[in-house]
Amino acid sequence: MESAGFVSISEMEPILRVENVRKRYGKREILKGVSLSIRRGELKVLIGPSGGGKSTFLQCINYLVTPDEGDIWLEGRHIDHTHKRELYRYRQQVGMIFQDFNLFDHLSAVQNIEVSLIHVKRMDRKPARERAMAELERVGLRGHADHYPAQLSGGQKQRVSIARALAMDPKVMLLDEPTSALDPELIGEVLSVIKDLVANGMTMIMATHQIGFSRALADEIVFMEDGRILERGPPLKILSDAKCERTREFCSKITELYGEAD
Amino acid sequence: MEELLFLQREILPALFKGLKVSILLIVPSAFCGLCIGILVGALRVYGGAAARRIADIYVALFRGVPLVVQLFTWYFGLPHVGIYLSPFTASVLGFSLCSGAYHSEYVRGALLSIKKGQLLAAQALGFTKLRMVMIVILPQGLRRALPGCGNELIYLIKYSSLAYMVTCIELTGEAKILASHSFKYLEVFFAVGVFYLVLVSVAGRLLHYLEEHLTLPGFEHHR
Amino acid sequence: MKGSVTAMPDKLIAVWNALPYMLGGSLVTMGVVAGAMLIGLFGGIPLAVGQVYGKPALKRIIGIYIWFFRGVPLLVLLFLFYFGLFSLLDINLSAFTVAVIVLGLISAAYQSQIFRGSILSLPEGQLKAARALGMSDFKAVHLIVLPQALRLSIPAWSNEYSIVLKDSAVTYALGVAEIMARTHFVATRTYQHLPLYMAAGLIYLVLTYAGTKGLRILESRVRIRGYSHS
Repeated sequence: MESAGFVSISEMEPILRVENVRKRYGKREILKGVSLSIRRGELKVLIGPSGGGKSTFLQCINYLVTPDEGDIWLEGRHIDHTHKRELYRYRQQVGMIFQDFNLFDHLSAVQNIEVSLIHVKRMDRKPARERAMAELERVGLRGHADHYPAQLSGGQKQRVSIARALAMDPKVMLLDEPTSALDPELIGEVLSVIKDLVANGMTMIMATHQIGFSRALADEIVFMEDGRILERGPPLKILSDAKCERTREFCSKITELYGEAD
Repeated sequence: MEELLFLQREILPALFKGLKVSILLIVPSAFCGLCIGILVGALRVYGGAAARRIADIYVALFRGVPLVVQLFTWYFGLPHVGIYLSPFTASVLGFSLCSGAYHSEYVRGALLSIKKGQLLAAQALGFTKLRMVMIVILPQGLRRALPGCGNELIYLIKYSSLAYMVTCIELTGEAKILASHSFKYLEVFFAVGVFYLVLVSVAGRLLHYLEEHLTLPGFEHHR
Repeated sequence: MKGSVTAMPDKLIAVWNALPYMLGGSLVTMGVVAGAMLIGLFGGIPLAVGQVYGKPALKRIIGIYIWFFRGVPLLVLLFLFYFGLFSLLDINLSAFTVAVIVLGLISAAYQSQIFRGSILSLPEGQLKAARALGMSDFKAVHLIVLPQALRLSIPAWSNEYSIVLKDSAVTYALGVAEIMARTHFVATRTYQHLPLYMAAGLIYLVLTYAGTKGLRILESRVRIRGYSHS
């Protein structure tokens, strides 16, 4: 363990460290040894073609998919995912945002948020409701508290799901293409919520095709293809001056498709 | 006048006596049937391959064979392997096993309709397995299964009349006895028909009310 | 030891000996089912059409019919018609005929619901187009609505078949010599209830399977190419 001069250990040490994650389904190897670590307050963006393993990798990070191999440390503590209670505790500290929202269909917006506060965090109903309302306020949906998922637009659903994750006070957030199931005109409202999170210093790993957004806000862009990380570096470098041929190809295609706008 | 007197003095007391037995048959059968249905339905969706196969066979058998045959098997057949059941017990057993098989179909369909992403989301929030079942799966699954299971409960009310065929004297049995003694078949069976209509209609109303009460905006429409 | 060795063949022999008699019962059963399904079909269609297109008074009357026949248990209806209604009217009908009529009247109530659902699921434009061509309401229903609705109804109809088949076992209570009655008759004489009921159950399973299979073939025969409906 090296401790460097004037920077405190907690800032230098990665808050989350993922080492050598492998996953295969039958014969197909989806992840061929992926490692990633992230420090407090960083935003790392995963880019790469669909089917390249981004989503599986994110789901492996909080063991929604159990990796065949690999280790994870949160704040220096090794996670033993076979230990049920530890796994549940760990998952509470790692928030997850899904591409297709996955709100609980039978619960209203505010209930979607408070259900885990009450049953997982064991908060009392009243403070849980207050907290849930505060989170809804934060994503600009206080007025929609009693709407059910079927009554919300895609963008609103995703904002509720972000509020649901935030209410758990996660140390890290994993975002799996949070805007790719949305109509173009709804993407902006979700990205602006995520921007607020960046501004407030949330630690995040996000898979996305939103190049403009990544260029402006990411600390590092990680290019994944075919189950491995091919290249990583600061946004400007990856997006305009990548070493790897495949990265350059992908970046120019994606820039063409999704443009500069965020 | 004489008819009315007969209705009041003979028919109604006998039928109310039978009604009590019918309700005593229906309530435990409905409860056990529902429990079996939920268990078997869950097994058919989340169980291992062997459990699934066994559950499928159970459902195919108990849905495919007439209830009368099942009741006769329990009441007349089981004594041959040394198990003696009273007409009442044999009926409750027969009704529970049969309606359990039907319930399991609705439960299975309902569980399959729950989108997998919601289970992922629950796991991601740190829910334990038990909490996931209690908070996400059951509230949605039961809502979706309710119309089908409700229908099955109504069928159970009607089919409870078959208990008479294994000599369990309930509503239909009382009616048959009274009718054979008095030769007033039409009056007695019409009266008993009205009894069942009331039972079925009240149950239908209650279930409808329950469904309305549990309705969530837009929930039924997205599958 | 010896007992158990001979007991097993005994059971099988009892079933084997009774089988022709029981299978004869399945002819009676199929007769009841076929008759009831036909009454149900020809009763169910006008009930459904009346419920969808009829005047409010007609709709109400049909509603009461359906409510009655779906609400009263089969066994009670069998007793009511056999011992009550027909003997009061001095009409002398065999148990078989009464069984067919009662099962048919009930099936008409259920089948009307199937057809009603199918009719309502047809696009509205079909009827509009027929009217625009100058067809009378009767013609439009007869030529345009029903041919489509009946095709759509076949899967539900096969479900109804298996229900009527199973219900037909209840007609044993009137003494109709169908599978169940014959099985019980043999069972009380040979004391081999368990294997005999199991054999009866098996016959019902086979009949259910054969019937639904046949209807599936019918469905593919009458299918209109490219016609799909959601």
